Amino acid sequence: MATTMTTGTDTVDRAVSARIDARRGTPWWIWLGIAFAALLPLIGGRTGLISNFYFLQLSLMIVYSIAVLGLNLLTGFNGQISLGHGAFFAVGAYVTAILIDRYEMYYLATLPIAMLACFVVGYLFGRPALRLEGHYLALATFALAIAVPQFLKYRHFEPYTHGVQGINIFKPDPPFGMPLSPDQWLYLVVLACAVVMFIVARNIVHSRMGRAMMAIRDQPLAADTMGINSARTKSITFGISALYVGLAGALHAIIFEFVSPDSFRFELSIAILVGAVIGGIATLSGAVIGGFFVQFIEKYADAATKWVTQIVHLPIELEPWTIYGIVLILLMYTMPMGVAGGFASLWRKIRPPN
Amino acid sequence: MTKRTRRDVLVGGSAIAAAQVIGLPAIAQGKKYDDGASDGTIKIGHTNPYSGNASAYGNIGRTIEAVFKMVNDAGGINGRKIEFITYDDGYSPPKTVEMVRKLVEQDKVLFLFNTLGTPPNTAIHRYMNQKKVPQLFVATGASKWGQPKEFPWTMGWQPDYVTEGAIYAKHVLATIKEPKIGILMQNDDYGKDYYNGFIQGLGDKKGLVAQLATYEVTDPTVDSQMIQLKNTGANVFFNITTPKFAAQAIKKAFEIEWKPAHYLNNVSSSFGSVFKPAGIPASQGVMLALYRKDANDAQFASSPDVVAFKAFMAKYMPNADIKDDTHNYGYSVTHTLIETLKMCGDNLTRENVMKQAASLKGYEAPLLLPGIKISTSATDFYPLQSVQMARVKGESFEMFGNILSNESA
Repeated sequence: MATTMTTGTDTVDRAVSARIDARRGTPWWIWLGIAFAALLPLIGGRTGLISNFYFLQLSLMIVYSIAVLGLNLLTGFNGQISLGHGAFFAVGAYVTAILIDRYEMYYLATLPIAMLACFVVGYLFGRPALRLEGHYLALATFALAIAVPQFLKYRHFEPYTHGVQGINIFKPDPPFGMPLSPDQWLYLVVLACAVVMFIVARNIVHSRMGRAMMAIRDQPLAADTMGINSARTKSITFGISALYVGLAGALHAIIFEFVSPDSFRFELSIAILVGAVIGGIATLSGAVIGGFFVQFIEKYADAATKWVTQIVHLPIELEPWTIYGIVLILLMYTMPMGVAGGFASLWRKIRPPN
Repeated sequence: MTKRTRRDVLVGGSAIAAAQVIGLPAIAQGKKYDDGASDGTIKIGHTNPYSGNASAYGNIGRTIEAVFKMVNDAGGINGRKIEFITYDDGYSPPKTVEMVRKLVEQDKVLFLFNTLGTPPNTAIHRYMNQKKVPQLFVATGASKWGQPKEFPWTMGWQPDYVTEGAIYAKHVLATIKEPKIGILMQNDDYGKDYYNGFIQGLGDKKGLVAQLATYEVTDPTVDSQMIQLKNTGANVFFNITTPKFAAQAIKKAFEIEWKPAHYLNNVSSSFGSVFKPAGIPASQGVMLALYRKDANDAQFASSPDVVAFKAFMAKYMPNADIKDDTHNYGYSVTHTLIETLKMCGDNLTRENVMKQAASLKGYEAPLLLPGIKISTSATDFYPLQSVQMARVKGESFEMFGNILSNESA
């Protein structure tokens, strides 16, 4: 099957070989980075260098990375555009919140259930929707993103969802009397989930399934001819993608101790998509950059705009999102393949010849 | 859960202990401070949707900022300058949580003031009360902000929807013979608050409600609901709608020639976004409860607070549209806070800020209608509870009757 793929253009060819390179193992510095991240609560937390609020922000960044990774599997590796992944984020968050609030379930035990629920919803939604191609699929998923908050407000679900009020849950304490604050503990939980999910994603991408996904993206006709069941592969990809985003949603609910329909408006879907594109579509490392972008650039667009206005002494009042727009345009012009793609091509230009 | 409570008590206890240790020399001079307050400044936190769908409310934040600038230019409050930190939350509850945690844990503000919107405030309600940081004069009319027992660190400001709904009901019972009532309601928390207040106000006469029609905020129009209501033959119409739908309902009633006694909720008391789009002729006679002056209304042009407000707008917000009622609101609510801080004197602890906020006695904030006063107590966390009935006449409001109150606390 690998040979089918290399029949593509030169760029595809190079990208594929780069991916096969990556398969040979995770470089040592990534593991070092993860170990450092895991030790942060001890280093920063104990010395008081990193406050609980920063741990909340780091956790959020990781949560968004998981969501961006999920969308990336679908959009980047399988070539399907979704404008509705905020919906799965919401489903994951609500499944977790309802299980904790109503059934008093242990919070970690709700994660697999939320993931499974999202896989099922994603698969079932993917099945009929995948008859739609390109723009039409984008619109169908967009409709889903708009519909889900309304569903959550629906009168007959209110005993479970508490309607517009939302659900309050309690932030869990660290187990075994560990000397960590709840924010630090949750940061570790989120980090562990992310590491597992990234390894799984890497393995999926380099497996038979992953090659089928990419073949469908690059050459749908050829993929069909090769005997790939495209409908099945596409809907399973959709399901897996929803599962990732659902996990992100579930973790988000636990971190914030609160869910409400207004937390998951369609802007969230757009934010995840922008994160995936900016980070670098069809790269795993791009998901981390995408998560960073969603958490820090987007959330602080307003503050950054204000700051710049003050620093430069601009005579006019800028709209809150001006800086965000400028950054987005600049990035798209200078790094059309996303930040990860941009750095990869830069490295190819400057690296010493073998 | 028990474990958590114990830890919080411990953390809270040690925080108080620490504050006392640090505060010791200060007590000698009669000064007491918590995080965010000092000899020179008072730090106040705020969130507001400067971007997104609800960004029209962003003007409230800008007005508050401008009022504090005016206060600082005049030397501050009891010699302390106000440092006002405001963040954009886009009306999105998770973003509010994040920004509020930043305000409390990073910026270390003394308290939060006028955080905007029912969903955002709901999201931080418990956090603020756990942290024991005041969530003062929130910008929402939901009735849940006045529960001093369960949530001693949270207080609303404007007349709550339940109170207002009950006042309309009492007015109907007092003035209309054989009422038959039709209600149009937005199907969410806000709508239900009004509806419940109205039913409470009717007491044992709730059988007078002939029909309750609801709409979703996502519906394109309320035309079919209006026709339905007309067909019940109701002679009283209680219109619980946000501006866009209020304009539609007024217009439709006019078109289908349904002429009930029309009560409209205060949420939609705007000429700019309701009565003008609905048509001035169609709006004549619509009744509603007001608590603030329309600064552009000729009848108040010479009252000192309106003159001061206009001078403030001209100097500190020269580019703003003075017809926009949000400036009005921001100006009035900020003065309530300034009064509270003046009362705090040199004791700027969180506890004292809450205590003083709950000790306002008949304070007449600027731009409140004549006779409407702000009163609070340790058991009454509803600052404004009186309203003045008014009806649309020409292109302004005509007040009638006495000040009406309802004790919902």
